[in-house]
Amino acid sequence: MSDIKIRAKLKDGETEVKCLMSHPMETGLRKDSKTGELVPAHFIQEVVCKSKDQVVMTANWSGGVSKNPYLAFKFKGGEVGDPIEIAWTDNMGETQTATDKIT
Amino acid sequence: MIDAKRRILLKGSLAAGTVGVAVGAGLLSPSLVLASWNEAAFHAKDLPAALTSLMGSDATETNEAIKIKAPDIAENGAVVPVTVETDMDGVTSIAIVADANQTPLIASFDLGEGAVPFVSTRIKMAKTSNVVAVVQSGDKLYSNAKEVKVTIGGCGG
Repeated sequence: MSDIKIRAKLKDGETEVKCLMSHPMETGLRKDSKTGELVPAHFIQEVVCKSKDQVVMTANWSGGVSKNPYLAFKFKGGEVGDPIEIAWTDNMGETQTATDKIT
Repeated sequence: MIDAKRRILLKGSLAAGTVGVAVGAGLLSPSLVLASWNEAAFHAKDLPAALTSLMGSDATETNEAIKIKAPDIAENGAVVPVTVETDMDGVTSIAIVADANQTPLIASFDLGEGAVPFVSTRIKMAKTSNVVAVVQSGDKLYSNAKEVKVTIGGCGG
């Protein structure tokens, strides 16, 4: 079960991929309002986007990306039915992967 | 510089397995293979330091061909939508920076084969400042900026 939502649409020769990930994206700079202690950093560091095993884009992030990150990008050369794979890794070594098809 | 080269060497030997084969076959550009989370860049306290760690230089040239779409006024600094787009050729990477954040470098995107220079995401901004987009094309860096006013806790109007 993955929390990554992907929508990939082909239009005028370009595939636009939009995705939403579920992640707290803690910078490590925020204080807990009740305890006053710093909330440990916990954020996605790397998102690898592949289509047909070809890396289309790699995103490197800091905790400055908003909670439950949104990511959109475009590439040429995709065809309807081609698989899209999104995989993220966070600073605690957790990973998630999801796939969808271009429509 | 020495550090950067050492990094490449280390990465190169690690990647000599299957990825190395892919590079040899021209399937992946070396920048993609070498890409990994750049701790120095993401922990840098100012933009020049971040860019030097990330892209090897902080010499950027302002270029209006880089379009930054972001709100003029963001009511909630925790969620500021930013889209960076350009029609420049040969773009290999795009970085998004919020000038006044404690660690300004927010995201860098390495574009692979076929990728169009377009990225969109949502970022956190500590206070009113410029959102800077840095685009790498060939061995040159280009940038553009857009000011976003942040009214944290504001209720509009």
